[in-house]
Amino acid sequence: MAIRKTTAPDDVHPDALMAHYRNMLLIRRFEEKAGQLYGMGLIGGFCHLYIGQEAVVVGLEAAAAEGDKRITSYRDHGHMLACGMDPGGVMAELTGRAGGYSKGKGGSMHMFSKERHFYGGHGIVGAQVPIGAGLAFSDRYKGNKHVTFAYFGDGAANQGQVYETYAMAALWDLPLIFVIENNQFAMGSNSRRAAHTPSLWERGTAFGIRGEEIDGMDVLAVKAAGDRATAHCRAGKGPYILEVRTYRYRGHSMSDPAKYRTREEVQKMRAERDPIDLVRDMLLNGKQVGEDALKAIDKEIKGIVNAAAEFARESPEPDPDELWTDVTAEMQV
Amino acid sequence: MSTQILMPALSPTMENGTLAKWLVKEGDSIAAGDVLAEIETDKATMEFEAANEGVIGRILIPEGTAGVKVHTPIATFAPVAGAGRSTSSGAQMPPSTAAADPNAVRPGAEPVAPAALFPDWPEGTTLRSQTVREALRDAMAEEMRRDETVFLMGEEVAEYQGAYKISQNLLDEFGAKRVIDTPITEHGFAGIAVGAAFGGLRPIVEFMTFNFAMQAMDQIVNSAAKSLYISGGQMGAPLVFRGPNGAAARVGAQHSQDFAAWYAHIPGLKVAMPYSASDAKGLLKSAIRDPNPVIFLENEILYGRAFDVPVLDDFTVPFGKARIWRAGSDVTLVSFGIGMTYALDAAERLALDGIEAEVIDLRTLRPMDTACIVASVRKTNRCVTIEESFPVGAIGNHISAVLMQEAFDFLDAPVINCTGKDVPMPYAANLEKLALVSTAEVVAAAHRVCYR
Repeated sequence: MAIRKTTAPDDVHPDALMAHYRNMLLIRRFEEKAGQLYGMGLIGGFCHLYIGQEAVVVGLEAAAAEGDKRITSYRDHGHMLACGMDPGGVMAELTGRAGGYSKGKGGSMHMFSKERHFYGGHGIVGAQVPIGAGLAFSDRYKGNKHVTFAYFGDGAANQGQVYETYAMAALWDLPLIFVIENNQFAMGSNSRRAAHTPSLWERGTAFGIRGEEIDGMDVLAVKAAGDRATAHCRAGKGPYILEVRTYRYRGHSMSDPAKYRTREEVQKMRAERDPIDLVRDMLLNGKQVGEDALKAIDKEIKGIVNAAAEFARESPEPDPDELWTDVTAEMQV
Repeated sequence: MSTQILMPALSPTMENGTLAKWLVKEGDSIAAGDVLAEIETDKATMEFEAANEGVIGRILIPEGTAGVKVHTPIATFAPVAGAGRSTSSGAQMPPSTAAADPNAVRPGAEPVAPAALFPDWPEGTTLRSQTVREALRDAMAEEMRRDETVFLMGEEVAEYQGAYKISQNLLDEFGAKRVIDTPITEHGFAGIAVGAAFGGLRPIVEFMTFNFAMQAMDQIVNSAAKSLYISGGQMGAPLVFRGPNGAAARVGAQHSQDFAAWYAHIPGLKVAMPYSASDAKGLLKSAIRDPNPVIFLENEILYGRAFDVPVLDDFTVPFGKARIWRAGSDVTLVSFGIGMTYALDAAERLALDGIEAEVIDLRTLRPMDTACIVASVRKTNRCVTIEESFPVGAIGNHISAVLMQEAFDFLDAPVINCTGKDVPMPYAANLEKLALVSTAEVVAAAHRVCYR
């Protein structure tokens, strides 16, 4: 593979670049494995892969501080891995097993981790946006400095509840970062077919919310924007919108033949704009690490993903009694 | 020719009010549009304007008089001859369009609440008369004092003091941080409440009415109700969605619907629908403490009704426990919420016919105290259910199914479900009355199941 003449800015430490590389690669390999397990019939139903979009969540997680919250839609595996959730627990949820984050009762679209401040995993387009505002509301109410990242796609950006949330988030100065992951397709519809004006972040200006568009294939650009957004929120200046231009290589879900775009378009994006290759090139071109170091990471990631898949296959199905648990919570006296 | 000025109805459900202040004197000449008096309803103080030009005759009701019934003559009035076409009319009509006295379409307007057979408070507890409205406000205030994480949000809950004045004085006591006016964004603020609950707070969301909650249905059902299950027990949404539900009076189809059966259908929700003020208070306090999303269905017509409420530091009513308001051996009447007014009224009339009805108030629909119903039907062998909802998929249908399975051999007659009619609520007063369930229908149903 050719190495492009790309170098990282001087102020980016090689360790940070290495971490981005590792975190993005983990998502990439995990999702590839999930696709394989789906093909083998071990994962059922809907399964939305994040391949191609890795720089978005990895860049923003690098800008997050401990205690910050995140919430997203159903294309959620990458977000869970990036915030430190266990790959085995995520994969076992995909296979519907007792060892999954929701004991097998949630599935691909419905996972949570209180410990990692990950609030789902929501299957209804746009619903996570007001919930994210509620999380930010809770932090403002308690008077701490935490920030919430509410991720949604260009498709959800046309949902009415998003704009109701803009209104209240601005009105109440909520420490909330609206992350529009614009992968250019709402299922099979190019975003230009759903929105007359191509710029989605600019809609926030009508509500007095600051925002910007960033290149979501460049993890360093995403991280830098995340730093600006979190600083804005932590300073008590209210919400911020990041429209991150990205691209998903796979179909909307596993059953999507993706006839709405050409194979060449996808190939071109992979060849020229791949977020992982970009960081790899920076590392090698800057002579900050050698091929061997990257190969070691590749091997480590492969081991983690294989172990996760193994756990997800070996973990038992939930006990039949689990059908009746967690419907309502008992009152704590 | 002297006519009378009548006490106006200033809201769809107003039954009486206080004549707070006269702004005119006997003998004053007035023009149409002049403010005659200030009238206090249970929700607000309103100005009452003259409809015609003329001279005030005698003032019949002095200012400061409370409990003046709607349409009571409050002054005499001599219109100026030829001042307008309306001078030939008889009584000056009040400015409100609410011409029908809600009492006319509602049984039990002055309910004498029978003593509970199994009161929820210790014997000897001091009782005081309180409206459902006051009881709800007190419940929220007590829980907000008890727990810093409890807050109230909704449209007009803060500065306006509540569209139906349920949140009166809460802003003063708890401040804008905890009593929060929202824009008109049901979908959005319902979702924000779910997120706030995820984040460790205890939101109370007031829907101005539950008709508007349909805009938020996805957040209530898909986000609030299901999150505990789909997170494997990690993340529940402890919050209360409350507000008036069901028909008010003369507000038409889009504002008159009972959603009890909708919410009771959903696993993960709890659903309360109180009738009395003590249940409103005790159940709302329990709802706020509950670790699950609770749908709390109030009723606008009941807001102004007074009941005995125990004077206790911390009075709560548990979910899933019905209350037997009246013991009887001939037929079981099962209802909840405003349906209880028909049930209790019917029981009184049935007693005159020699039929002793046992009247059960379910109080909560999820969980539902079906054991109480089954035990009663095993004694009476007959059952009639009463609710205002549409008939298809009604709560009564579910109760019928439970009785089929658990008391089939004890039934001497098919269970009858008295419900609202299977039509959108009409506006016309006579049609509205027909669309609602009525005491007469309950009485007739009880006679049918008793075969006498």
